[in-house]
Amino acid sequence: MSSGHVTKRAKYKTSIKDPGTPGALRLNEQKLMFMPDNRNSTTKLSVEFKSIQGHKYTKEGSNKPPLINLSNTQGGSYIFEFDSYSDLHVCRDFVSKILEKKSRDTSSVASEKAAVTLPDEQLSAAEMHLRIKLLQEDSELQNLHQQFVGGNILTEAEFWAARKKLLDRDSSRKSNQRVGFKSVMISEIRPLTDGRTNKVTFSLTPEIILQIFAEKPSVHRAFLNLVPNKMTEMEFWTKYCRAEYLNRTKNVHAAAAEAAEDEELALFLKEDDILATEVRKKIRRVDPTLDMEADEGDDYMHLPDHGIFRDGSKELNESQHELYRRTLLQDLNRHAAVVLEGRTVDVEMEDNTRAVAEALARSKQGNCGLKFSCKEGADGNESEERLDRMARATALEDLQPPHSLPLAPLSIKDARDYFDSQQVNALETSRDPSGKMESLGSLSTQEAYASVRDAISQIKAMGVSDPIINPEVALKVFNGLTHSISSIKYNHGKNPRESVLDRLPTATKEKLLQHWTCIQELLKHFWSSYPITTPYLYAKVTRLKDAMSNIYRQLEEMKASLKSDLRHQVSLLVRPMQQALDAAIQHHDADLQKRSAKSGGERPNGYV
Amino acid sequence: MIFKLEDVTVYFPYDNIYPEQYSYMVELKRALDAKGHCLLEMPTGTGKTIALLSLITSYALSKPQNSVKLIYCTRTVHEMEKTLAELKSLHNYQALHLGPAAKILAIGLSSRKNLCVNSRVLAAENRDSVDAACRKRTASWVRALAAENPNVETCDFFENYEKAASEALLPPGVYTLQDLRAFGKQKGWCPYFLARHMVQFANVIVYSYQYLLDPKVAGIISKEMQKESVVVFDEAHNIDNVCIEALSVSVRRQTLEGATRNLNRINQEIERFKTTDAGRLRAEYTRLVEGLAQRGNLPITDAWLSNPALPDDILKEAVPGNIRRAEHFVHVLHRLVLYLRGRLETENVEKEGPVNFVASINAHAGIDQKTLKFCYDRLHSLMLTLEITDTDEFLHIQTICDFATLVGTYTRGFSIIIEPFDERMPHIPDPVLQLSCHDASLAIKPVFDRFQSVVITSGTLSPIDLYPRLLNFHPVVSRSFKMSLTRDCICPMVLTRGSDQLPVSTKFDMRSDPGVARNYGKLLVEMVSIVPDGIVCFFVSYSYMDEIIATWNDSGILKEIMQHKLVFIETQDVVETTLALDNYRRACDCGRGAVFFSVARGKVAEGIDFDRHYGRLVIMFGIPFQYTLSKILLARLEYLRDTFQIKEGDFLTFDALRQAAQCVGRVIRSKADYGMMIFADKRYSRHDKRSKLPGWILSHLRDAHLNLSTDMALHIAREFLRKMAQPYDKLGSSGRKTLLSQEDLEKMSNDGSINEMLY
Repeated sequence: MSSGHVTKRAKYKTSIKDPGTPGALRLNEQKLMFMPDNRNSTTKLSVEFKSIQGHKYTKEGSNKPPLINLSNTQGGSYIFEFDSYSDLHVCRDFVSKILEKKSRDTSSVASEKAAVTLPDEQLSAAEMHLRIKLLQEDSELQNLHQQFVGGNILTEAEFWAARKKLLDRDSSRKSNQRVGFKSVMISEIRPLTDGRTNKVTFSLTPEIILQIFAEKPSVHRAFLNLVPNKMTEMEFWTKYCRAEYLNRTKNVHAAAAEAAEDEELALFLKEDDILATEVRKKIRRVDPTLDMEADEGDDYMHLPDHGIFRDGSKELNESQHELYRRTLLQDLNRHAAVVLEGRTVDVEMEDNTRAVAEALARSKQGNCGLKFSCKEGADGNESEERLDRMARATALEDLQPPHSLPLAPLSIKDARDYFDSQQVNALETSRDPSGKMESLGSLSTQEAYASVRDAISQIKAMGVSDPIINPEVALKVFNGLTHSISSIKYNHGKNPRESVLDRLPTATKEKLLQHWTCIQELLKHFWSSYPITTPYLYAKVTRLKDAMSNIYRQLEEMKASLKSDLRHQVSLLVRPMQQALDAAIQHHDADLQKRSAKSGGERPNGYV
Repeated sequence: MIFKLEDVTVYFPYDNIYPEQYSYMVELKRALDAKGHCLLEMPTGTGKTIALLSLITSYALSKPQNSVKLIYCTRTVHEMEKTLAELKSLHNYQALHLGPAAKILAIGLSSRKNLCVNSRVLAAENRDSVDAACRKRTASWVRALAAENPNVETCDFFENYEKAASEALLPPGVYTLQDLRAFGKQKGWCPYFLARHMVQFANVIVYSYQYLLDPKVAGIISKEMQKESVVVFDEAHNIDNVCIEALSVSVRRQTLEGATRNLNRINQEIERFKTTDAGRLRAEYTRLVEGLAQRGNLPITDAWLSNPALPDDILKEAVPGNIRRAEHFVHVLHRLVLYLRGRLETENVEKEGPVNFVASINAHAGIDQKTLKFCYDRLHSLMLTLEITDTDEFLHIQTICDFATLVGTYTRGFSIIIEPFDERMPHIPDPVLQLSCHDASLAIKPVFDRFQSVVITSGTLSPIDLYPRLLNFHPVVSRSFKMSLTRDCICPMVLTRGSDQLPVSTKFDMRSDPGVARNYGKLLVEMVSIVPDGIVCFFVSYSYMDEIIATWNDSGILKEIMQHKLVFIETQDVVETTLALDNYRRACDCGRGAVFFSVARGKVAEGIDFDRHYGRLVIMFGIPFQYTLSKILLARLEYLRDTFQIKEGDFLTFDALRQAAQCVGRVIRSKADYGMMIFADKRYSRHDKRSKLPGWILSHLRDAHLNLSTDMALHIAREFLRKMAQPYDKLGSSGRKTLLSQEDLEKMSNDGSINEMLY
């Protein structure tokens, strides 16, 4: 599927409402082509994948028809409607693979340079990959990287040293999230008939096979035992499908007869003995409040032949071939149980069924060992846990006072207030310890306003018994705020809450934000290199200082280039940045002076 | 909270109490004071069990001079465990406030299978083999043998227990089966025999219905209970069926074949004893001549299932002469088996009364009524004499003797029905001879006579006046309580039409209609997409469920359902069902959500709770009528009409609706809980059917919800779920209070408004 091309029937649509032109969609590695059924139609298409940027598709199970939407770089899109979801999935997979490949190609160009500029470091290929991947995923990071590492302000190692966490975390969770089994039962394979002959076809994919193995351990065992020593994989699955087919026909006698002749076939038809032992183990650990097996053990009324035997409520089981009776109901229960246990093997990379089977066997063994080792300790815990669960189940929750610790009720009068304050929290945690000044300076007007308003309303309610804020500070902030609020109000009319940034032209806004991240990065490195103990750090600080003054100048330029009505606001925004930079540069200069003064006197070891 | 109820100080382990719990206690106390029986219906989810336990234990504490014993009967073992867990928290609370004075001993009692700790005995497959494996190690003669021959295997737990003799006591406390096992393991004593022994000292005994109702079991376990005991049957809406089953026996071909094998084996044993130990057989004979058919004081380990007939009906006479000799008795049994085999070879359905049947046995096999009556005791005596321990092998001959004894003892309330094949599968010959009891009052009568207070309680006892008639007793208190709700946390709906507006029903003529199956399927598909967590579906029978799931599977509906939730199904295999339930709960816990398919009248409907997120919606597909062509049911209906003047239709509807109510009632556990109930059958909209539902459901069934189609039900469900997601004041809004604190109770009892609340 990954190589070559895909051809499917589809309807081409210019918009979702468009009824569409029926035709054939042909995809290959370079481009997609659409040939309408009607040769005269003008909707012939031939688009290179280079110009395709992304794809969207409808989810199976939603009421919409199976659609795929390919957006091109110019902002337009091509919509195709397929006959079925399976067609859609095939095409979707194909397209996503190609797009992925394409993006890999482009980004590798960008990161090539990074790989070259690392003479001082021995990096494993895996680490390299990880870094490249990180850069690809995060465009902001990539920009920073280009600007600083590319601009020789920071070295590659320095750049990444500040992001150790990012590297660590990513390496520990290589696959982002393990995907569970689907709830839908795919192991129940259905035969497809072509309608003309008596032939039926079954189709199996590695995903289906994995589920079959998980749900039917005896098939799994048989596979490991028989393939490829006794039979080929093809033969194995043919036999399996034959057994499934027999099972579906519900002809117990036929199944029994066939099984008697063919012992391998019998393996599939018989009751699963591995499951049976597993069940016996599991039943011991079941919640006693549901243990119906215990009831049976206590039921002397239903001794064989006691009680009422045939009143219509009891069921009839007719067959003497109990052995070969596997019901849909059992399959459903088993399937659901497996889904709940979750997936233990990743099939995506494994195309080979043999590999799937072995991986599953390994993970099972691992589990067994684990279970066995903690079994001793678990016994005690288990009964405790049981009791705990029981107590929870029997208690009437609303008759007793609430269990949990007292919580302050969350009352959100204005959602915006809430989210803005959350944003501040998030910012604060991510902020480096570079200085208080900055955090004071970056308090946005809304936040300050909200906190003052809260304080005022509190004071109104309770009086100034224990003021949270120093009155002088409050007054200062208040004065500052009234000033800025009134000016903003004057400028923008009714909505004082709207962020100042939103008002700026997008270009300016982006530039500002970019400067902001740059400054943060620089300051982080700057402050972390103090005290300067080595010549290396000294050199680094000098480089950083140059970069900072550079940015400082850029900020000034930007301010100057703006129109007068915006300039005031931008300068408001820029001021904290500049203050932070000023502080750093001042510190640098002071340090330099101290250093030169000292250098006249004696020079202790280790100081430059 | 602690409060005064007239002269009793009630200890209630919660800070608040529902008003209906309070009134329940008031009524219960009246019955206890009057030393009479009572019948109380209180909706599920109002804390019936804890109210009951709390009042009765407090009652006993306040009257230390005549200690009231509580015998609490549950239907299933897991309910037993739940009850004991509640009792445990109650007992902790009482001990906290009263100190050592509150000490009680409460135990759960079950079979060897559930209590045994000997791993080698437990290895046996089922209950009967566990029993036999135990007997093989503990029977008095085996132990005597082991004393001489060290190679004979005994059970260490039992030996230790015997050695400890009167020292072997359980310290006061509440013991679940689990606790009993743990205690036994720790001390090295057999928990099963220890529990049996402790029954006489226990203040509270929790066990299954049959330990009181089934004479076979009650004869050995419950014979020493004091008259002052209070007997409680919880979840007793099916009690009449339990009574009937306790006295019914059926004989099939396999039974007769097995019995013949058993008899041959007994013959061999007799021959063996004749040559080795003839004195033993002679001793038995003389004992029988002296009229000691009843077992005297047997060692506890030799006790076996006792006489299937009720204690009052067993004659205290000598065993008739013709079966005193072992080989004669075996001959008689051979003749009986032969006669029964002849009767099974019939081509038509036959129905007879016991009197005729006995006369016919007498005429054809020469066994008179008195001999029949003694069959069971004689067999038991013989097996003890022959020192047979593998009792599980002898179940068939036991069945035959049970049958003989019952048929010889009772002349009314029974009938014998012989069917050559099952009505539903006429092509497969499977003859069966059934002795079926029609009169529920027979089995429960000794209980009413022996104990001064019997409490019958359940969430569904409607119509409440029917039960005293069925069980033939006179309650001093008979009341049905309403549920005071803080908010409308239950939402019953009657769905009469599917999404295509065609009627849905499981009526006989519509059952196989593919349109109905499709409509039912569509209903579920829509519901799984909007209801969070767990959904439970009940079908009218296993076969119907099988059929409809197969249809859904073929038409892809099942696949659609599985896209939203996992599917679990009750099967006839209890082990599988138990695991399915366990998985279902885990699926609900982890947030994946699940649907459970179950069967009305099945084991799950009988005792598993789907409270809280385990069940936000129950759908009852159809009305669970009994299989009306069943010969036994017809015979019972006839009997009910003739003796109690209960109309057939009324009884059938009553029976079906109590099952339906039982199924849907499993979703509510407390007032903080909420759930929807959909009755999906057009017949529910008819007044005669609907009115049989319990009052607490009816009072929430709005007129607008009586005739819904799928889309309307969907809309209502959405609204309901949205409403339930809002925070609410659990104390109850203006007007009636739905949660009382201690102060409330004190205030109300002072100003007399408490009586107002009760009525």
